[in-house]
Amino acid sequence: MPRLVSHPDEVKIVTKRFGMGAANIDKYMELGGYESLKKCIAEGPEWVINEMKSSGLRGRGGAGFPTGLKWSFVPKQSAKPKYVLVNGDESEPGTCKDHLIFLHDPHAVIEGTMIAGLAIGAKTGFIYLRGEYRYLLEITEKAVADAYEKGILGKNVLGSDFEFNVITQSGAGAYEVGEESALMESLEGKRGVPRIKPPFPAVVGLYGGPTVINNAETIASVPHVISMGGAAYAAVGSERNGGTRLFGLSGHVERPGIYELPMGYNLKKMIYEVGGGVRGGRKLKAVVPGGSSTPVLLPEEIENLGMDFDQVGKAGSMLGSGGVVVIDDQTCMVEFALRTISFYAHESCGWCIPCREGTDWLKKSLTRFHAGFGTEKDIDNIQYLAENMMGRTFCPLGDAAAMPTIGFVKKFRKEFEDHLNGKPCPFAKHVELAVV
Amino acid sequence: MADVTFTVDGKKLMAPAGTLLIDACRKAGIEIPAFCYYPGLSLQAACRMCVVRQEKVPKLQTACTTTVAEGQVFVTESPEIAQARKATIQLLLGNHPLDCPVCDAGGECELQDMTFKYGAGESLYVEAKQHREEQQWSPAVYFDRPRCILCYRCVRMCGEGMDVYALGIQNRGVTSVIAPNGGDHLDCEQCGMCIDACPVGALTSGSYRYKTRPWEMNHVSTVCTHCGDGCKVTLGVKQSNDGTEIVRADNRDKSGINGDFLCAKGRFGFDFVESSERLTKPLVRNAAGKLEPTTWEHALRVAGTKLKEIRDNQSGKTGGGDAIGVIGSNRTTNEENYLLQKFARTVLGTNNIDHDRSTDYVSFVQALAGHEGKIATLRETASAPAILLIGGNPTEEHPLLAWNLRTNVRLNHARLYVVNHETIKLERQAKAAQGVPPNGYKDVTTLLDQQQSEFAKAVMAEDSLLIIFGQEFRGAQLKSLVAWGLNRGNVRFAYLGDHSNSRGAADMGLLPDLLPGYVPVGEAGAFAQEYSGLPVKAGKSQAQIFDAAREGKLGALLVVGANPAKRAGVDPANLNGAFVIVLDLFPTETTALADVVFPAASLYEKTGTVTNTFGDVQLVKKAADHAGTKPDFEILVRLAGSMGVDVKTLVPFGKGGAVGDFGQSRGAQAGEADRHAVWLTANGLEPKVSPFDPLAVLDEIERLVPAYKLDRLNLFAGNDVSTEPGFVPVSAIASAGSEMIAPAHDGLFTSGELGRHSAYLSELNQYESRELAETAAD
Ligand SMILES: Cc1cc2nc3c(=O)[nH]c(=O)nc-3n(C[C@H](O)[C@H](O)[C@H](O)COP(=O)(O)O)c2cc1C
Ligand code: SF4
Ligand code: SF4
Ligand code: SF4
Ligand code: SF4
Ligand code: FES
Repeated sequence: MPRLVSHPDEVKIVTKRFGMGAANIDKYMELGGYESLKKCIAEGPEWVINEMKSSGLRGRGGAGFPTGLKWSFVPKQSAKPKYVLVNGDESEPGTCKDHLIFLHDPHAVIEGTMIAGLAIGAKTGFIYLRGEYRYLLEITEKAVADAYEKGILGKNVLGSDFEFNVITQSGAGAYEVGEESALMESLEGKRGVPRIKPPFPAVVGLYGGPTVINNAETIASVPHVISMGGAAYAAVGSERNGGTRLFGLSGHVERPGIYELPMGYNLKKMIYEVGGGVRGGRKLKAVVPGGSSTPVLLPEEIENLGMDFDQVGKAGSMLGSGGVVVIDDQTCMVEFALRTISFYAHESCGWCIPCREGTDWLKKSLTRFHAGFGTEKDIDNIQYLAENMMGRTFCPLGDAAAMPTIGFVKKFRKEFEDHLNGKPCPFAKHVELAVV
Repeated sequence: MADVTFTVDGKKLMAPAGTLLIDACRKAGIEIPAFCYYPGLSLQAACRMCVVRQEKVPKLQTACTTTVAEGQVFVTESPEIAQARKATIQLLLGNHPLDCPVCDAGGECELQDMTFKYGAGESLYVEAKQHREEQQWSPAVYFDRPRCILCYRCVRMCGEGMDVYALGIQNRGVTSVIAPNGGDHLDCEQCGMCIDACPVGALTSGSYRYKTRPWEMNHVSTVCTHCGDGCKVTLGVKQSNDGTEIVRADNRDKSGINGDFLCAKGRFGFDFVESSERLTKPLVRNAAGKLEPTTWEHALRVAGTKLKEIRDNQSGKTGGGDAIGVIGSNRTTNEENYLLQKFARTVLGTNNIDHDRSTDYVSFVQALAGHEGKIATLRETASAPAILLIGGNPTEEHPLLAWNLRTNVRLNHARLYVVNHETIKLERQAKAAQGVPPNGYKDVTTLLDQQQSEFAKAVMAEDSLLIIFGQEFRGAQLKSLVAWGLNRGNVRFAYLGDHSNSRGAADMGLLPDLLPGYVPVGEAGAFAQEYSGLPVKAGKSQAQIFDAAREGKLGALLVVGANPAKRAGVDPANLNGAFVIVLDLFPTETTALADVVFPAASLYEKTGTVTNTFGDVQLVKKAADHAGTKPDFEILVRLAGSMGVDVKTLVPFGKGGAVGDFGQSRGAQAGEADRHAVWLTANGLEPKVSPFDPLAVLDEIERLVPAYKLDRLNLFAGNDVSTEPGFVPVSAIASAGSEMIAPAHDGLFTSGELGRHSAYLSELNQYESRELAETAAD
């Protein structure tokens, strides 16, 4: 089990049961688990959605869409069954927060799923786990089985007339299947390729039924929103960004790990105080603030940066999945760019031309370039290619690949030029690059 | 849906709300580039070529998935959009082999066209392209992976369009690849629709690859010769050492009755015309009793003299018109069939004329006598809301009909009801299906009337019905089905017949008791005035002709494009020395019995019209010449000439003035003649030209045959023209017939004599039966 880190600035809401054996259902209930569900059954769907709206909880999967609003889009009446879908495909480099939730507190996910189901009028929830998280699947399946045994899942939830069932499903190893519509395709047993939108999942989702899909952290936050009350939860975070977030601090930092901090927490403080500063006392070169798809930020850009969706957006990047990657001054940014694009080239589903071909050519060009066989024109070509992928692809993966690449070239053009004319990589000795 | 108004490139357009922008634009003449969009197939939004800008929307939008709504404003051409498209092409060309000079699609390639338009010629990359060897997936389908742009048209065409699902996508990212269901080969219907849909040269046809360049061909749109559906097929014709050669068949002209569709026979089965077994010289049996090649003059003289002698010999027991029998064809044109019966009746003086009847059209017409507007066109099968299919197996025997029914169910949610004694594939599209024993078709109407099953209830609840029935229905049983339908009301009918002009053979009076248009010989009406010497007594049917031969009462037998010796099992000894004249493409069991054989042109080598089993008439255009052969029409006119007949009485050429050749005899250039014909018709002028021009009798057909009041302008423009037969009430027709019907039941790769001489069809047949054998062995 990975070691848990902690820091006094943390506000433990979602992580409050971590390390306490709450994967055990009795322990979970002893710690107040399933009380929120009871309350929701008593209060009814409308009340739940209002609490969610007032909590300011925004999707933790990356885009930061207000959760309460998303739930309210689901039509009340539907000829087809409605579904709740938990996105546990967590595959973005630099991101491993959902992993801890499933490990330490799987019942929070189940409880959150049930509350979402109650709110939208669904009887079935699916928990979709990243293919590589086999061991978490076992934990989750056990938790589901225990919940059935306790009469929490099933026909009469906690003795009420609310019925709810949970089905777990493992992925087959595709980052792209984290994209919500590709996940639905995969769940239906098809190739993991996104769907055309509109229609959006809230109207036509899994098996054609109205579907709410939320990130696992979003869902795990739900019982806490209910127990604290929406307003109290909102107050923990910053403006329009309710609550806390599980930030994954990784890279060249002294104390990497997952920290639960209020939304809007200062990034510089996060690196230097919470994370203990750059490893080995080196200089900070750059930060990737929200998972590998978010554009890199320079030290001067994070001076007063509060980590919430709006502020990071304004700074020209994105809060994304909350995976903060710290990069020290010994790092080759060309290689960093190459590693990033290699991931996306490997994970592109191949459906659309700009992403399928673009990621491949970026990877090929950067590989050659980093090996010292690049020309001045290549730098422009790399930027041209990435800029021509932006906004042109079928799903956001293309953007996720292009955006950081553009950032690397624009902000570190000098380092690209240093690789020209057969010069050896200036950082050749330090090729070790830490991505948790 | 209600119409909405929106703006595209500054122009106000209107379309029903929810129309796809790309369709609305195309309709208004604004072309939007697209690789993955294919009308009628599911949307992909994969190629990103169709991007446009929509006002107030941050990103470029794909026109193939955007639906129009009131007040929207779009821009479809701008530097930004051109750049986006150019970049997409540049990306594609990165891995594309650019082997255009040796690519089959070169010149007809959508990627080439787009590259030309958006100027993405220069390469941005120095990395090596991925090379992969070409793969042969079946005798019909080859795959060149590097050329594939992954538009998924083939996958959808095969799955959604054909309901075969033989193609899929394997791997992901840049390693994504189209894969066949057999791993390294295709087990499928070999229709070639995937090849047709492919915008580039990734899928190529086994019959065409590396044969020529598209611009070296003439493209002639004509009608497929293989089944009763009558698809429009475009033949690619190339100049060759001995004249012209047909090197390809496809449906690049999608304006036809078949829209996007063509089956394996239409696409690959054209090569029989080049078979080395084709007859190319007239043959006359010599003193030694052997068939010997000779000149046309000699052969015509021998045949003409003999026919005249028999006809005029009123004394002997094998003299007079009644001693002559004539058997026509299911594959020759309407004009030829018309001419043949006119020749038989007015020159030979006999009603002893018949054809190899594979479908009981006579009973069908009798059943409908007096009712107008009850016959469905083939196009209706793609739009009728409710269809009852009783008997038949369209997937095998009427591939176009099957395509229409599938498409209708898929796109219009038509309700298809199937009654059959076997499980047929179309049940997959059916709302409900009902099994009957092989002899149970007679009880179908009772079963429906009783409404005891869900099936019957659903059918009876339909407001309207298109009833399509197979050759299980003949005679009384057919009549009772039609009567039931007429009584029920709001129905239309279609009857499934075998060959490319079976319907035309019956319509044109290749029948002993019926003149063209099913007019009884005894009540000949207008025919009586125009046909001098028309015998009034019904003649002999095919079976009766051979009975007469056995009794030694047959003097001469004229067979045009048929093989009764095989189909009707004629014993040569039973001919008792009757003089046999045969017109055919190939040596057959019947030519072996002949005294004179004339080498005939195939449907692809002549001009005229044919009628499909739904009664839709289409123009057949001459695509190529086969050295040594002549169209049956010309042979018959010459034969009449050699008997001393004034051919003007047979073919009314030159009446209207100009006598000249507008090009029909110039082979593949016939397109020019057709353009002339359209103009001439539009201007009230007659496009008829010479006695050998089959269209010269079209006037007469239109004048005399009740159903054939054709919209000529449409016909000559290459469209299908329905014959809405305002049938003459058929009083007491003595037509012995129903019991003689022998359906051919050709399948996906068979087509009677023609199929046997098509190397491709034979190969496909073998290939697919090998597959079956292997599956059975597993
Ligand atoms: C390429 C791609 C990968 C994604 N991967 C994930 C993922 O692993 N987990 C996740 O929760 N959301 C992922 N998303 C976001 C989901 O599409 C979706 O927005 C999210 O699950 C919604 O939940 P939320 O509103 O709770 O954030 C991904 C999106 C894209 C475009
Ligand atoms: S951008 Fe296109 S190719 Fe890339 S993952 Fe999305 S759909 Fe697939
Ligand atoms: S030939 Fe026809 S059936 Fe075969 S793969 Fe192509 S489309 Fe499908
Ligand atoms: S083979 Fe042709 S039709 Fe099929 S995906 Fe490739 S380019 Fe498109
Ligand atoms: S469906 Fe019939 S007419 Fe059409 S191509 Fe096939 S054989 Fe020819
Ligand atoms: S045609 Fe619209 S994306 Fe391909």
